Amino acid sequence: MPDLKLLADAPSADERAAIDAVVGAEAANGDRVARSDRTRRHLLLPALRAAQRRVGWVSPGALGYACRRLEVPPAEAYGVATFYALLSLEERPAEVLHVCTDLSCQLAGATVPEGAHPSPCLGLCERAPASLRTVAGPEPREEQIPATGPPLPQTSGLKLLRRIAEGVDPESQPEFVALARAREMGPDAVIDAVKASPLLGRGGAAFPTGRKWEAVARQPARPHYLVCNADESEPGTFKDRVLMEQDPFALIESMAIAMYATGCEKGFVYIRAEYPLAQKRIQHAIDASGFDIELRIGAGAYVCGEETALFQSIEGYRGEPRNKPPFPVEVGLFGKPTVVNNVETLVNVPHILLGDDVRDTRLFCLSGNVARPGLYEVELGTPLHELLELAGAEPAKAVLLGGAAGSFLRPDQLDLPLSFEGAKEAGVTLGSGVVIVFGEQADLVAAVLRIAEFFRDESCGQCVPCRVGTVRQEEALHRLASGKANGNELAVLADLEQVMRDASICGLGQTAASAVSSAVKNLGVPA
Amino acid sequence: MFGAGGGTSSYEETRSADLIVLWGSNAREAHPIFFHHVLKAVHGGAKLMVVDPRRTPSAQWADLWLGIDVGTDIPLANAVAREIIHAGLADMEFVERATSGFEAFEESVEPWTLEEAERVTGVPADAIRELAHAYGSAEHVQLCWTLGITEHHNAVDNVFALINLALLTGKVGKWGSGLQPLRGQNNVQGGGDMGAIPNKLPGFQDVLDDAARAKFDAAWGTTIPPEYGLHLTGMFEAMEHGELRAVYVVGENPAQGEADQARAERLLTGLDHLVVQDIFLTRTAQLADVVLPAAATLGEAEGTVTSSERRVQRVRKAVDAPGEARDDIEIVYELARRMGHDLGSPRAEDVWNELRSLSPLHAGMTYARLEELGGIQWPCRDEDDPGALFLHGRLWDDVVEERAPFQVVEHDPPVDKLDGDFPLRLTTGRRLESYNTGVQSGGYSSPLHVGGEAILLAPEDGARYGVRDGGRVRVVSRRGSVEAPVRYDPTLRAGLAFMNLHFPDVVATNVLTIDATDPKSGTAEFKATAIRLEPVA
Repeated sequence: MPDLKLLADAPSADERAAIDAVVGAEAANGDRVARSDRTRRHLLLPALRAAQRRVGWVSPGALGYACRRLEVPPAEAYGVATFYALLSLEERPAEVLHVCTDLSCQLAGATVPEGAHPSPCLGLCERAPASLRTVAGPEPREEQIPATGPPLPQTSGLKLLRRIAEGVDPESQPEFVALARAREMGPDAVIDAVKASPLLGRGGAAFPTGRKWEAVARQPARPHYLVCNADESEPGTFKDRVLMEQDPFALIESMAIAMYATGCEKGFVYIRAEYPLAQKRIQHAIDASGFDIELRIGAGAYVCGEETALFQSIEGYRGEPRNKPPFPVEVGLFGKPTVVNNVETLVNVPHILLGDDVRDTRLFCLSGNVARPGLYEVELGTPLHELLELAGAEPAKAVLLGGAAGSFLRPDQLDLPLSFEGAKEAGVTLGSGVVIVFGEQADLVAAVLRIAEFFRDESCGQCVPCRVGTVRQEEALHRLASGKANGNELAVLADLEQVMRDASICGLGQTAASAVSSAVKNLGVPA
Repeated sequence: MFGAGGGTSSYEETRSADLIVLWGSNAREAHPIFFHHVLKAVHGGAKLMVVDPRRTPSAQWADLWLGIDVGTDIPLANAVAREIIHAGLADMEFVERATSGFEAFEESVEPWTLEEAERVTGVPADAIRELAHAYGSAEHVQLCWTLGITEHHNAVDNVFALINLALLTGKVGKWGSGLQPLRGQNNVQGGGDMGAIPNKLPGFQDVLDDAARAKFDAAWGTTIPPEYGLHLTGMFEAMEHGELRAVYVVGENPAQGEADQARAERLLTGLDHLVVQDIFLTRTAQLADVVLPAAATLGEAEGTVTSSERRVQRVRKAVDAPGEARDDIEIVYELARRMGHDLGSPRAEDVWNELRSLSPLHAGMTYARLEELGGIQWPCRDEDDPGALFLHGRLWDDVVEERAPFQVVEHDPPVDKLDGDFPLRLTTGRRLESYNTGVQSGGYSSPLHVGGEAILLAPEDGARYGVRDGGRVRVVSRRGSVEAPVRYDPTLRAGLAFMNLHFPDVVATNVLTIDATDPKSGTAEFKATAIRLEPVA
């Protein structure tokens, strides 16, 4: 190739085999037919993951081989490989322990042993402190620690969690009753039904699902894609993991309905790398159902939960969010009209079609200083204090609602009705349904510093307000917390909040100051 | 093609194509500007298919590469045609309305089953079927070729074989579909436009056409002999027979660019008189009795160039030519004056307007309009004519006055046969950073040139003939031998070797090539030479 300067290092036989398993064996020299790799850049991340899972890291030889096979310039691939926290371009042992040091695990007293890597939230908050062990080798594996959590805390009054509470077998395919119903109705009627329902997106932005579907269904460009955003990375969130681990067929059926209604030729589920059991169960459900759905796995990047960053990640680029407009319904994955929905959003759809439960419920992830941490399902509008009572929360000096991009509430604010309108009125967000309880003994300053550290670490660096703002925000908080304030900190924090909110490309930057700001304004922390 | 020599389509159509077939073209390296248009199409979702013996960079970029044996283009094209007919993908309404000779053509391709074509071309039957079905069913398809088609002893037949496919499917003469012979530099097309071909007067008017000749006779106050001139290869034959004793070379380097280089140099040296007009002191110029240093077209001269899409564009003088170099027009006028014909003071626009008065294709292209419209694509017959995006729209008229004929073409393998003494097939071609014999691209040092003179061998052949990667080898053909460094190239299959012609002072590739020439086009079979490898003593 005249225009591609490749690395000189050669891959080991193991690395070559691992990458070949993803991208296919190289053409033999005597072949008379070949097909370009130019359209296969989307296999870059899977190839790099495969190499690392085989030998424990992404060596220059493996990187170079992936570049040659996929016709990706090494500088580009290096940019991709270094984007993801879980990929290592430095040699390290086959076995690595990632210890969660995020909010819920911090509350549970997590410590990082010698040789282990600290990690942002692993989505195992109900069993905090938690960690993830990755083991590279001929049979690579990832282990969630602890391997199991407490059972569902509720047993009745459930809608989305009902089958799980009834002990559904996650590996046995149920009859797809709702999908059959959808096919009887026809695509337009399915979209009308979803539009008529109160369903709003559960990923955080609360956009009406039916309108999104209708917009994609009307697009003349082909193909259409469905992307299920299962890159649940908001600290304190684990609802989608529970749904995928314990009732994967509900998601697969819901995706099939969405694809049918919106004319999607193909679907993708993008699951974060930290969820090995969810990956396994979803892959099994895909294989069993035979639907044209492909599982894609991240490699440790919070920002990839932003829908356009997720597209970039699937396409083999750094997970840097795109400017909008154009919106995904017009120009989404691979530049095509794309429905992108959260896991929880999708699993609402069968109930809408079957009309078996008309309540508008919402999943909440309870963790922190509570007696019964876990996933709760309540009707929208339920007051927050009722939910806290259900979970056996300790008397709280603060509650973090909505995750790191959410807000801290004072004890006198816990009557808040858990609805989109109620949250909006109070100037907060339900976000991804995170409720972390900080008891009397909790160290709120450490929590706020952790949130600032999290955003600084997870900023993709693409746009200035967030790249610089998250650093300056953390510095100002450290000065406040350590008593070395120069007196300007609160003004700087307020400025940063406004600049990031107004001028960041994506929601990560726009909300990178919201929890911090609420702590400063609402709780006077740190002071 | 169908008379006037030029691509039928526009770059704009290339960018909007559903399918682009590069047949015997490595445009990604050899026509990088055209390839930009291909890339835009590909990024817009077009499919790219490449027919080439080598898995070239263009082939590596393609959705489908068909690795054909050198010189088997006609069997492949005929098999594609047969498959199109049998699959019901032929546009029979177009065939019946706008073409002639279909029955004979159909009969001629009938033996070329996919399996038979696989046997002869080496391309798997499935891939041939895929190409046929893609070509037959795409709505907007551009069929493009270059020297892989034309540098053969049966070049014109190869071109006919491709034209047949367009006629069979009605993929010509309408917006979006066409046939494109890609041109090697910015003004190759312009040379043809201006009559720098032995059988045509300016504007592709035939020398044997009495009316056309009479028009030029009147304008020029002379009598043009009613006979075709000689093309380059014919000139060398005439030199060989002693019939051609004096040669005036303008902007060519035949001492290194012709097949069988030793012979070319011997014949040029043996001339009574050789005049070379060039911007560089080429190898040919070094053999000359008189050298006329010329100004460069770009930046040092006024005039026009014509691109592959028949677009005439203005070029302008920005700086004075160095030293004694003079504008080509000035040199020709001065020669005329010394020969006793004062043509007045030379101005590019006057020459151009003279052309417009004689060539109906260019009649409407005033300098002012060329400036205003950013160039015009011929034909442009009067000053209200916007020019033509594509040619041969007449084939879709309600009544087709002059039908386009199918041409029956038969397989005729390369002249330089492989045998026990010469077991390897050498093909030649170009590299991205270099141009032809290196007159324009070899004069400066570039890291991209390093090692460029190597013969490329399949690793299997290297092992088989005991030649190591990075070593040196003597390459021997039936005409001569050269010593060259060796580089293994995994994109070559066993039995196929590759050399370029960019570094003739280091490795004179054309010492090896054969001057077997197509009688109609005058092009030698640079693409197929039989060689063997010998150790360097």
